[in-house]
Amino acid sequence: MNVPETLRYTATHEWVRKEADGTLSVGITDHAQDALGELVFLELPEPGRKLAAGEACAVVESVKAASDVYAPLAGEVVASNAALKEEPGQLNKDPYGAWLFRLKPAEGADLAKLLDAAAYRKRFT
Amino acid sequence: MIEFAGWEMPLHYGSQIDEHHAVRRDAGVFDTSHMLALDVEGAGARAFLRHALANDVARLQRPGSALYSCLLAEDGGILDDLMAYLLDEARFRLVVNAATALPDLAWLERLQGAAAVELRPRRDLAMLAVQGPRARDKFRAALPELASGAGAFVAPTGYTGEDGLELLLPAGQAPQAWQRLLAAGVRPCGLGARDTLRLEAGLNLYGQDMDAGVTPFECGLAWTVALEGARDFVGRRALLGRHARFQRLGLVLESGGGVLRSHCPVRSAHGEGVVTSGSFSPTMQKSIALARLPGAAGPCERAQVELRGKRLDARIVKPPFVRRGKVLV
Repeated sequence: MNVPETLRYTATHEWVRKEADGTLSVGITDHAQDALGELVFLELPEPGRKLAAGEACAVVESVKAASDVYAPLAGEVVASNAALKEEPGQLNKDPYGAWLFRLKPAEGADLAKLLDAAAYRKRFT
Repeated sequence: MIEFAGWEMPLHYGSQIDEHHAVRRDAGVFDTSHMLALDVEGAGARAFLRHALANDVARLQRPGSALYSCLLAEDGGILDDLMAYLLDEARFRLVVNAATALPDLAWLERLQGAAAVELRPRRDLAMLAVQGPRARDKFRAALPELASGAGAFVAPTGYTGEDGLELLLPAGQAPQAWQRLLAAGVRPCGLGARDTLRLEAGLNLYGQDMDAGVTPFECGLAWTVALEGARDFVGRRALLGRHARFQRLGLVLESGGGVLRSHCPVRSAHGEGVVTSGSFSPTMQKSIALARLPGAAGPCERAQVELRGKRLDARIVKPPFVRRGKVLV
């Protein structure tokens, strides 16, 4: 299972990447896409929505089942990947390239509190 | 791999959606050996099945011909759905669902009474379903001796809405037959594709779209009940006295918004209903469903389906959704 060293992870199988502009990209892990099966539908949060850490804010749905995606940290949604909605299968092909939404982290939201690659790998692979 | 009716079965061999498309466009093979073949033999076989089944095996005249039927309880509820094949005048073969195989056998033994028939479960047989527009060609190329009718029973049936065949052969020979089909370019397909294919084809799944609490008139199977003449079959009297509480129709989620799933509540202009099977249609690239709706509801009307607290707009259609590679709704 692919778990890139450069990302942070949650116990609910989201990955988080810090972008150059300070925003955080959020997606689902290789493990998550593999367990869900082929994805066919996405529901993404609107830009401007304020999220609490752990809040259910997106839905990824495969031929098998629907699954919630949770905000890894508190923050405001600044972008959602509309193009991905046309091609949810990209989440299976390239789970770490296919981001779902970007967050501007709230004051005090600490990326370092999330799991690192070693910790995520240890728990789930 | 998943557990299915006590069998360990593959959900897919890599990609459920690619397997689905392979069957619609080319050829795929399913290992359906979990289903039970049950031979009904003896001088009284035809008379026995004319009594036991809601469809009339008198329609089977040519060896190899096939008939789809419900097995009904006395109250008209559906105990199982099955395929009946004529092997020869004194021999029929039923193929029944895996989960209901043992109760079916017990039921038929009870009906058997003093009839001159023998019931023979054929767990010695494996079953492969080769399906798709190129299924017959590839089957003939891969297994010419079986295609010529030697050493296997080949039925012109399936559960996908495509052309194809189902092959019953001694279990020990199945792995080699499977490998030769794959070598001829037939794609191995799992339970996932089997479910989306049958759903697009508007074919019921036992235990989901119908069960002992539902009659054939309530799940789109009126055409399988042979009422002509005075044939006395199990469930006939009750069926004629029972009012259909709902009908089976299809739903297409036109505007997206999610994937319909069984148990989703439905509201129509004529009252409420419920989704019995729902999934994503790889052919239509939309979510589709089979649903129980009030008797007054009809195709071309709209309905609202409740999904994760939202109400989504759906179009009511008459299944099948897809047959022979073509979208019909």
